[in-house]
This record gives sequence, structure tokens and C-alpha cells, in this order.
Amino acid sequence: MSITQRTITDPATIGTEDKLALPAGPAVATRPLGVFSRPQGSEGWTSWLFTVDHKRIGIMYGAAALFFFLVGGAEALFIRLQLATPNGSVIGAGTYNGVFTIHGVTMVFLVIMPMAAAFANYLLPLQIGARDVAFPRLNAFSFWCFLGGGVLLTSSIFIGGWFQNVPDAGWFNYAPNSGVLFSPHKGVDFYAVGLQITGIASLVSAVNLIVTVLNMRAKGMSLFRMPVLTWMLLITQFLLLFALPVITVALFLLMFDRLWDANFFNVAAGADPLLWQHLFWIFGHPEVYILILPAFGIVSEIIPTFSRKPIFGYHFMVASGIAIGFMGWGVWAHHMFTSGMGPLSVAAFSVSTMFIAVPTGVKILNWLATMYRGRLRFTTPMLYAVGVVSMFTIGGLSGVTHSIAPSDTQQTDTYYIVAHFHYVIFGGALLGLFGGFYFWWPKVFGYMLNEAWGKASFWIMLIGFNFTFGPMHILGLQGMSRRIATYRADEGFAFWNMVATIGSFVIAVGVLMFLWNVFFSTRAWRRAGKPDVGPDPWDARGLEWMTASPTPEHNFDTDIEVERFDDFWHRKYGRNEQGRIVRAAKAEDIAHDGSNTNVHLPSPSYWPLVLGGGISLVGYGLIFNLWIAALGLVFLVGALYGWCLEPADDPDAVHSHGAGHDDDDHSDLHSKPVAAEASHAEPDPDPDSQNEAVSSG
Amino acid sequence: MSTVNPPQTDTPNMSTPVQPAAEAATSATGVTEANGSHAHPTDWLYVKVAIALALLTAFEVFTYFESVHGWSDTALIVMLVAMMVLKFFLVVAFFMHLKFDAPIFWRLFVFGVVLAMVIYMLMLTAFRYW
Amino acid sequence: MADVLMSEAQTTDEAHHSSTGLSNEKLAMWVFLGSECLLFGGLISTYMFNKDRIGPDDIGPSDVFDIPFTSVSSFVLLMSSLTMVFAVSAITRGDLRSNRIWLATTAALGAVFVAGQVYEFTAFYSEGLGFTTNLFGSAFYALTGFHGAHVTIGIIMLMSLYVMSLRGNLTSERAETVEIIGLYWHFVDVVWIVIFTIVYLFPQ
Ligand code: HEM
Ligand SMILES: [Cu+2]
Repeated sequence: MSITQRTITDPATIGTEDKLALPAGPAVATRPLGVFSRPQGSEGWTSWLFTVDHKRIGIMYGAAALFFFLVGGAEALFIRLQLATPNGSVIGAGTYNGVFTIHGVTMVFLVIMPMAAAFANYLLPLQIGARDVAFPRLNAFSFWCFLGGGVLLTSSIFIGGWFQNVPDAGWFNYAPNSGVLFSPHKGVDFYAVGLQITGIASLVSAVNLIVTVLNMRAKGMSLFRMPVLTWMLLITQFLLLFALPVITVALFLLMFDRLWDANFFNVAAGADPLLWQHLFWIFGHPEVYILILPAFGIVSEIIPTFSRKPIFGYHFMVASGIAIGFMGWGVWAHHMFTSGMGPLSVAAFSVSTMFIAVPTGVKILNWLATMYRGRLRFTTPMLYAVGVVSMFTIGGLSGVTHSIAPSDTQQTDTYYIVAHFHYVIFGGALLGLFGGFYFWWPKVFGYMLNEAWGKASFWIMLIGFNFTFGPMHILGLQGMSRRIATYRADEGFAFWNMVATIGSFVIAVGVLMFLWNVFFSTRAWRRAGKPDVGPDPWDARGLEWMTASPTPEHNFDTDIEVERFDDFWHRKYGRNEQGRIVRAAKAEDIAHDGSNTNVHLPSPSYWPLVLGGGISLVGYGLIFNLWIAALGLVFLVGALYGWCLEPADDPDAVHSHGAGHDDDDHSDLHSKPVAAEASHAEPDPDPDSQNEAVSSG
Repeated sequence: MSTVNPPQTDTPNMSTPVQPAAEAATSATGVTEANGSHAHPTDWLYVKVAIALALLTAFEVFTYFESVHGWSDTALIVMLVAMMVLKFFLVVAFFMHLKFDAPIFWRLFVFGVVLAMVIYMLMLTAFRYW
Repeated sequence: MADVLMSEAQTTDEAHHSSTGLSNEKLAMWVFLGSECLLFGGLISTYMFNKDRIGPDDIGPSDVFDIPFTSVSSFVLLMSSLTMVFAVSAITRGDLRSNRIWLATTAALGAVFVAGQVYEFTAFYSEGLGFTTNLFGSAFYALTGFHGAHVTIGIIMLMSLYVMSLRGNLTSERAETVEIIGLYWHFVDVVWIVIFTIVYLFPQ
């Protein structure tokens, strides 16, 4: 039957299907559970709560990530203040443990990952020419679930007193330090439950985005015509898909140990705590690629645009990304060289780690080759992209030095490691994501960020970054241990620590300048009467630039048909008789202006928010009181049923074309869709456009 | 509107890439042609698979009691794993239709299974478990 | 992963524009099941790693397992996969009544399995094996408990389908919904095939 039932998805209908939603009887179509009516419309702040639009969800991801970035940044400044001078006493040793742990957890799970999710949500459908993701409501759920987990984790900072219940066993939370014996307060419970929840969010979104890319591409958009960013995001989602369950297992074991006295990491009962290290790093190494690959993708969009050349070696770029995706599974124990695994394991993982630098190097060479003899324009996004290429190279090289096990034995658990991962995560991932903000800001909000402020803030950030983390190489090789709250004056660490602390405040200034830039540019644009930036202010290459800015609610006016890689660029430029590249058309003439109001969009829904909130309540309940969990469970089950009973698509919704339907009897929506549609099909001005969904089957 | 997925008829769209392979695969396996041109397994085939599964299970359980009479553990484990794999394959290939369905499903699933096996066996090896 | 995508890539250049021609929901279920492999793989290897880490006089696998009993309940679960495919093929034929019957049968067989598990847990507990007793206990209950939770979720989904069908909302156009839930059900069964062999039948 699977064969006979295979269905064809028409791109015009994409985003509006959700067949797993159980079909609804007539009575419940618009009033799920018979109580509520569906949320409607796209105006006002409540519409953000119930939105299922991938663009708004992307914006919310970005905003939440920026908020958590400020929280994590403040924590970082406390760490640096404490370490600025020998025998520091700004925060005590216990609080220090909490601060560096929650800093790491926040930055990895609540900043880089959701910021990448912001780009994935906003851009992925646009880049493949789709109307939305495959499951818009699930997408909204992912966001709310992530936010619930993030709030839960962050609330550990103040619940029960400042830093009384904050996770304090390091971001990798090694057993048995994470056990009740060594961490008796509720901090590690917050860690276990909070990461579990954000993990659910990421898993759901991984499934959603994988299906989106595999199934919802515009006509002609074969996989090897997809932009490099789309590819990198797809690989990231696969890594998430397969890596998250591993940490899910580890977190469950930890939770069982802590909440219900299980023995998984109880050394007294014969457990081997190395099990945690293995499970964590089996997840953890793919995770570092989850952090970096989206930034690689962003850089691969920015550099060709501002070099006015196609990306050099597109296939190599994609293939090296896939290779990283594969090889990333075989290196995890390089984090455990000193754990006593035995010489064979150490040797094997050492070699595999050296190899993984190869595909990474391929990428760097490709970016350089793209810039080589290009017509370079050093705009703010380009500065960030070049910053990524250079800073990531430094971090990658120090990574290779750790892959040599004997030398890593000296480096491990010192500031040298801290330097390495900040060069790759801050210098690589975060700078890339910031470059993405500048690059796509006009697309998302309809105006540019100020270039002068942008460049200034870039340089300040870059200089501060190198002053903060560069010296840590030296400190680490001098033998300064990480995770120790202070150091003695006679150890010779004072000078570079002071430099690093000053550097960290310089970074903070750079970040504030970015925020000011956002405020300043918005105000300037408002005062100027909100001028239109046009669809394609950077003269860029991807499909996302082929529609108005900000992106209209329905993305594209008509279905897109793609004929080659960088299709939008090729529509703008052709070659003249001499073979020189000349402009063939203005972007404004090719791009869709968003005027088509005849598009039916997926309807907003309450349930993703309720479900996400319910899960977060269950989380608090597990930590504090099972009755709260029971209440959360009620929300959760209610939301699930509400979700299933409401059709993905509300027949009574106000369409973009304004008028509500006068016949509200769409009860046969699911069983006779074509007929239902035909009954109110409007005359289509353009016979080629199929905006109202019509089955192709 | 938009939940527009009527049962397939023979439109040009049906010539999905996976179709020919799927049909070729089915013709060899006691599968009848139903619904016009679309092959799919009959209930009788499912019953046969279930009988095979039942027999395998019976044999598995039998080895458990037989081990009491002193088989070598290794031989026993090898046999049990072989039967387990066979049962796994039967359910996945027939009940879950992977044998007849689009190859992408097969690849996704096999990728997960193989990755899990490789990773966790590597982990146990690093523990010198075996 | 890569070759999944590659082979598919070559074909999308053809005229149809539904990317893979497959439904989103079914693709999503398979993607999800791929991920579940890593979840159960982790739990199973945790069990294998820990089951023998108990003291010499501690209560261990060979003290509690009741192979004949578990064999029967395993068999029940295995056969529920057969009734599940019957349900799918019934709804594909448009035979809604048989579909309902088979859905209900499948859910009932699943319930028998879960009941057996509850009985088993209580029996083990009364023999002195609790979740916190030793590493074997923790690992055993975690693994089988996770599986039992999956079966329970499956039963709830099957019963929801049954109710939908009674209300006339589950017609043959939605056969694929039944098929997708069937995929989940079979997957849970397949996991039990592995657990049954490794946990129960392997020589202790
Ligand atoms: C060029 C490829 C890379 C190589 C060869 C490499 C190698 C290593 C090695 C061997 C370690 C363990 C050092 C120790 O603890 O003794 C390490 C730590 C780390 N790496 Fe990398 N790495 C690479 C790229 C990356 C990337 C791209 C990221 C993240 C975006 C990253 C993030 C980290 C983190 C977070 C740690 C430290 C974890 C901790 O101990 O807290 N690395 N790296
Ligand atoms: Cu690593």
C-alpha cells in the first residue's frame, strides 16, 4: 500500500500539509476541544505567540539567542574579573564553579545552537524556494520547547538564591562530580532536565528541517543546486538527529541517578564513571560540528557575494562538509586521552583526529580560492567572514596540536584548550553568525544595519577577542589549569590574565556597539520614512534575495523554477559577445514584489506554545515536585490532543487575500480537498501561477 | 484546501525515481500485483513471514534450554545473534515494507542502525569489554 | 547519509517537482526512527556494560529471569506486528471494519505485553531486585522501562486511531496515517527482538 499511497506534494501547497494531524470531524474543525476558536491573523504581539511562520520563528530564535548571549556574556565577565589578578576574590570558588559551568552551557546550547536555528528556520525554506517548512506547527513547537528549556536552565541562576542551585560540574559535567555526593544542590538536576528539553526541541526541528530539504525543494532545485548554506544546515540537522539521542541517554541515566537513586555512575556500587565521558563525547564531538557548520555555510554565502565570484569548488565544499559529518563520529575519545583508556584507543583516536583536519582545511582553501582575484568588497559581513576564516584557522591548528596524544597530555585541562575552543567557537561560529546578522538583516527587517558602526564594532570585537583568548595559549602552556578559581602570584600568570580580562571587556564594548547599531539603524530608518532597501541590496546570489525585503508572509509570489546553481545570480547576469559578464536584468525586475495576496498559508495555532510550556512545567516538576510535573503532563496531553484534533490548516482563517470565506462549511476539507478548493477558487490572473493549491496528482 | 494528497493514479508524476526499483524488487518475492500496476505484498505473504518469525523465536528459546546441556557460550551467542538479525530483517523488510518501498527510507534506517552499532561497539571496545 | 542524498539527487532533475515524491509524514517517521536507533543502542550498550558489575552475592540476571514467561510475552508482541500489517492492508483495501478490528487487536496484544512487563517487574521486585538495588537493576529497568514506555505510547496512538475510525474520520484516504503509526509499532517490536535476545537469551 505504501506504493499506491505515495503522494505528490505540490510546492504550492507546501507548508500547509500536516497529515499526521488526525482528521477532524466537522464540529471540531475550528473549535478544537469544543472550547477555543483558533487564533487568527498576523497582527499584534499575540500573533507572535501562535505563529507558525518559519520566518517569525526564525526571528524569535535569533532574539532569544541574543538575549541568552547577553546573559552568558555577563557570566564570562565575572569569570574574567575573578581571574584578573592573583588570589582573586570577586566570586568565591563555589560560585566560580557555577559561573563557568552555566557560561559554557548557555553559550553552547542557548546561544550558538539557537542562533544557527534562527538562520536555518528563516533561510532554509527561502533558499530552496519553498513556502514554509514541512511541519509548520512542529516548527513553532521546537521554538517554544527550546525557550522553555532555556528559561529553565537560566532560572537555575537565581532560584533558591543567587548561584545556589546552578549547575557546577562543568559544561561536560563529568561523573562522579555530577553526582549528588559532590554536587548536592539542584544545579545538576537543572542541567540534566534543561538540556533534555532543549534536546527534544532540537531533535524535532532536525526531523522537520531534514524533511523540508529532502521534500520541499522548488522545481529544478536538485540537491547539487542547493546553496552551500543549505547543505551545511542539512548536514548539521543530520548530526543533531543522530547525536542528540546519545546525550538523551546520558542525561536520563544522570537524572535517574540523581532523582531516583539509580547506580549508573555510582562508583561505590561498581559503576565506571567513564561511561558518562564516552556518551557525552560521542554526542559532544558531533556537537562541535553542529556549532561550526552553520557558520561555515554562512561564510560560504558571504564570500562569493563580496568577491563577485561563484564559490570555488562547490562540490568539494559540499563533499568536505559531508566528510566532516561522517568523520566527526570517529574521533570523540580525543577528549579522553588522559582518562586511561589504554594505548590502543589513544593511538586510534589520535590518528582519526588528525585526519579530520583535512576536510576542514579543504574548506579554508576553497574560501581563499574564491577570494583570489575576486572583486572584493569589504563590507561588514565580508569582514566577519574573513575574520572567521582567519580565526578558525588558528583554532583548527591548535586543534591539530591536541590530536597528538603525548602533547595533549600536557595541554589537556589547561588554558591552552580554552584558547582552542574559543578560537573555533567564538572566532569561528559566533563571528560567522554575526556576519550572518549583518548580511541578512535587510532581508529580514527591510533596512540595512549601519556599515560604519558595523565595521567599528567588528574590529573592536576582533581585537578584544584576540587579546582575550590569544594569551590563553601562553597561559596554558605555562601550566595554568582551567576551572580553578584562582592562582598564586608567584606562578607567573598575572600579566597575561590581566591582558585577557581587559580583552574581554573590549569584546563587551564591541557587542554593545552591535546592539547600539541595531537601535541606531532602526531609528534612522524610521525617521527616514522607512525607505525600501530593495530585494537584493548586496547583489547576492541565493533565492532568498529573489523576493521583496522584508520577506513577504508568503515568501514568493509564484512558484520558482530553478535551472542551475546560483540561479538568481544567473538571472541577473549574462555574458556579452566578448564573453564578459554583464548585467542582464535588474534585481527589482526579477524579484517577486510580494504583491500576490492570493496565497493560502498555514494557520496559527495555540498548541505548540501550550505543549512547549507543558514540557517545561514537567521539567520543573521533576526537579522540585512531582505534582508540578503532573500538572505539566495535563497541559502536555491536552495540547497533544488539541493539536491532533485541529486541522493543520484552518478553513475559516483569513486568507492573505483578505475576505474570509462566506461558506464556513469546510468540514470535508480533508477527504475531498480538491472539490472543496474548487468551490471557491478565484479566477487566477496568471495561468502559470498556482498559488491556490491544486493537486498535481 | 491544501491537504491535497489524493490516492495516486497513473499520472506522469507517478514515475518517481523509486518506482521502477520497487517494482523490480517485488516481483521476485511472492508478491501479487494489486491495484492495477502497483505491486504490494499480500496478507498471505505476511502470514508466511509471521510463521517464520514464530519458528525462529521458538528455536531461540529452545537454544536457551539446550544451553543447560552445555553448549559453548560463543557458539550459542553466534547462533542467537544470527537468528536475531534474521528476525530483525524480516520485520523491517516485510512488515515495515522496506523491501518494497523507496530506497531513501531503507538508507536512512540502515544508516541509523549501522551507526549505532559501530559507535557503541567502538565504545565497548574502548572499555575492553569483549 | 551521503549516498542517501546522492542517489536521490540525480533523479530530481527530472520533470516532476515534488522533490522525492514521498509524503512528508512518512519521511519524517523514518528519519525519526533512524534517530531512535541511537537511543536504544545507547540503552542496550549501557545494559551490556553494566549487567555484570555486581557483587558476587548480589541479585543478578540469572536469579530473576523467567524465560518461559518472557518468551510468551515476546511472542505476543511479535504477533502484534502481524495484526498491525493486517490493519494497514485492510484500510488500504477500504475495508474499514476489518481495519478497526485489527487496530483493536494490535492494541490489545500490546496491552498484554505491557501487562506482562508490569507483572515481571513486580515479580522481580518481590524477589529483591529494585531500581536502586544494584547496577544490574538500574540498567535492566531503565532499558525495559524505556521500551515499555514506547509500547504504551504506541497503544495510545492505536486506540486514538480506533476512535477516529469509529467516528468515521479514518477513511482509506488516510491509510498512510495508519501505515506510519504501524512503522512506529514495528520498530518498537524490532527493538524488542534485540532486547529479548541480548538481555534474556544470551548465556548469563
Ligand atoms: C580542526 C579540527 C579540530 C581538531 C583536530 C580538534 C581537536 C580537539 C582536541 C584533540 C580536543 C581535546 C583537547 C583536550 O581536552 O585535551 C579538543 C577540544 C575541544 N574542541 Fe576541538 N578540534 C577541532 C575543531 C573544533 C571545532 C570546529 C570546535 C567547535 C566549534 C571545537 C571545539 C572544541 C571544544 C569545545 C573543546 C573542549 C571541550 C572541553 O574540554 O571543554 N574543536 N579539540
Ligand atoms: Cu572533539
